[in-house]
Amino acid sequence: MVQERTLPQFQAQKTELSVSEARVIYEDMVLGRFFEDKCAEMYYRGKMFGFVHLYNGQEAVSSGVIKAMRSDDYVCSTYRDHVHALSAGVPARQVMAELFGKETGCSRGRGGSMHLFSSPHNMLGGFAFIGEGIPVALGAAFQSRYRRDALGQADADQVTACFFGDGTTNNGQFFECLNMAALWKLPILFVVENNKWAIGMAHERATSQPEIYRKASVFGMPGVEVDGMDVMAVRTVAQAAVARARAGEGPTLIECLTYRFRGHSLADPDELRSKEEKDTWLARDPIKRFEAYLLEQKLLEEVALKEIRDRIQGAIDDALSFAEESPEPNPDDLYKYIFAED
Amino acid sequence: MAETLMFNALREAIDEEMARDQTVFVLGEDVGHYGGSYKVTKDLYQKYGDLRVLDTPIAENSFTGMAVGAAMTGLRPIIEGMNMGFLLLAFNQIANNAGMLRYTSGGNFKIPMVIRGPGGVGRQLGAEHSQRLEAYFQAVPGLKIVACSTAYNAKGLLKSAIRDDNPVLFFEHVLLYNLKEDLPNHEYLVPLDRAEVVRPGKDVTILTYSRMRHHVMQAVKGLVAKGIDPEVIDLISLKPLDFDTIGPSIQKTHRVIVVEECMRTGGIGAEITASINDRLFDELDAPVMRLSSQDIPTPYNGKLESLTIVQPKQIEAAVEKMVTLKV
Repeated sequence: MVQERTLPQFQAQKTELSVSEARVIYEDMVLGRFFEDKCAEMYYRGKMFGFVHLYNGQEAVSSGVIKAMRSDDYVCSTYRDHVHALSAGVPARQVMAELFGKETGCSRGRGGSMHLFSSPHNMLGGFAFIGEGIPVALGAAFQSRYRRDALGQADADQVTACFFGDGTTNNGQFFECLNMAALWKLPILFVVENNKWAIGMAHERATSQPEIYRKASVFGMPGVEVDGMDVMAVRTVAQAAVARARAGEGPTLIECLTYRFRGHSLADPDELRSKEEKDTWLARDPIKRFEAYLLEQKLLEEVALKEIRDRIQGAIDDALSFAEESPEPNPDDLYKYIFAED
Repeated sequence: MAETLMFNALREAIDEEMARDQTVFVLGEDVGHYGGSYKVTKDLYQKYGDLRVLDTPIAENSFTGMAVGAAMTGLRPIIEGMNMGFLLLAFNQIANNAGMLRYTSGGNFKIPMVIRGPGGVGRQLGAEHSQRLEAYFQAVPGLKIVACSTAYNAKGLLKSAIRDDNPVLFFEHVLLYNLKEDLPNHEYLVPLDRAEVVRPGKDVTILTYSRMRHHVMQAVKGLVAKGIDPEVIDLISLKPLDFDTIGPSIQKTHRVIVVEECMRTGGIGAEITASINDRLFDELDAPVMRLSSQDIPTPYNGKLESLTIVQPKQIEAAVEKMVTLKV
């Protein structure tokens, strides 16, 4: 096991969090975790197909960033996109139905696990090839600036959050888009979920500079390293980056040090990661950590946390029933959606 | 009427559409201050500003993906490929995202964008700058592929492409930018999905597009002198193919020759031939013939280069043989 990077220290006590905000974040994290657990169960029971990449362990990143944004902001994701979609407000019913290939899915059963889209929620997609979502996110951010500065729409201050993993930061599209975002001061957050591993390729074996946040400096862009298992730390960093972006001050690269608690996908035997490493990170479970924080700060009590968990479990069960009972796409619609007129 | 060079006709199309719709913008390498490598966007940045005529870094795949994201969120980008061969560097964004995303998203997003620029074999530009790659894209679902061939259709087609809600690959030809033509003073559009009957005739249907239209018309002079009456159709739309125009012509002539600049293997002509066999086999009095460019990288040497693409004399000989020998 490569020596672990020291996680940056963060004093959460100094950050203001209202009870309602605490509730929103906790619900979102629990929703992400329970949803993914249900996916694993359904996959192993043969109800779900294809490649399914789960987000367990990384919830502090999705909830910490997206819940620091507005509902009219944009979110762009990768193949590990279920929880980003949920945080962006896509109903669990629609996400689960998509994974079941149903017409009621957010991509009407045409996308699947790695291609979750929802225009009403400004969810720009699940992009399954490494790095290809970054230019698309850049385009959404360019659009905000274009509306504000070329069309004079003063209220066009939407920010785009673009999520991707450590492996992507060795891809050309990452560097090309950091350059253009800094050049044109685009309102975008590049959020790296550094979970230490691509599939079987350890981050340190793939990159000459493992500290990804440092790669921002050559573009004159702020780069921030944050404990990606601490939702309060992620939220605080994201809020500052969102404020900068909204004020027209340009992009930020945020490197979240995190870990996936499961294999790369449910088809991954996960044989290369050591038990020692997994145990180290499992002990940093972001949901348990946030629960401890909420109790310590007396923002929510254990009974309230349990009530939330029970309610979210109910919502997952409801999403599952909805997905199972929903119709499949009509075979007559095989060619629908090829062109805009369809 | 005003005599207009093709590159200016294209410029007028972009200018008119940018004035008409503020969401239309141009991006690409040297489209702004430099005015485009063939001056199609000359001085437009002075009128519309640097954001609407955006000079990009040399990062084809990323700025193409950026255009996809802008199109998904309500803008109407026009990408200029400085040379259409550079599209190879953007193939993933064109295929996975421009072409397929609408379907993959179950109709959540539409991608109204145009990717235009000079294609084809020029004069000794070497292999990489003399690509014949329109056929590479024809299997990508969701893309429309258009090739203009005159100043008149260039302007009207580009305006239609900009207004279309789908991604359109718009092929100009590097050797046609200086064609001149009197263009109407009034606004006009040319539909994207209609082939153009360039010359009506009864003996044989010649299907062609882009610069090869002009090689065909040179050949037609000699053929007419020999008493042969060919029908010449400029496909305009390489995908989808306009069988509403192609079909009746074949029902009239019963003989078809495809003349194309792209390579023979997997070319546009290969697809047309297969489609004609599917739809109109009983109408044919002879097998569909293809005159395509050679399956080789375009050589630099001028003589080898001219041997690579179809020449008017070859067209004349092939048509004459098909019509007179009844093969």
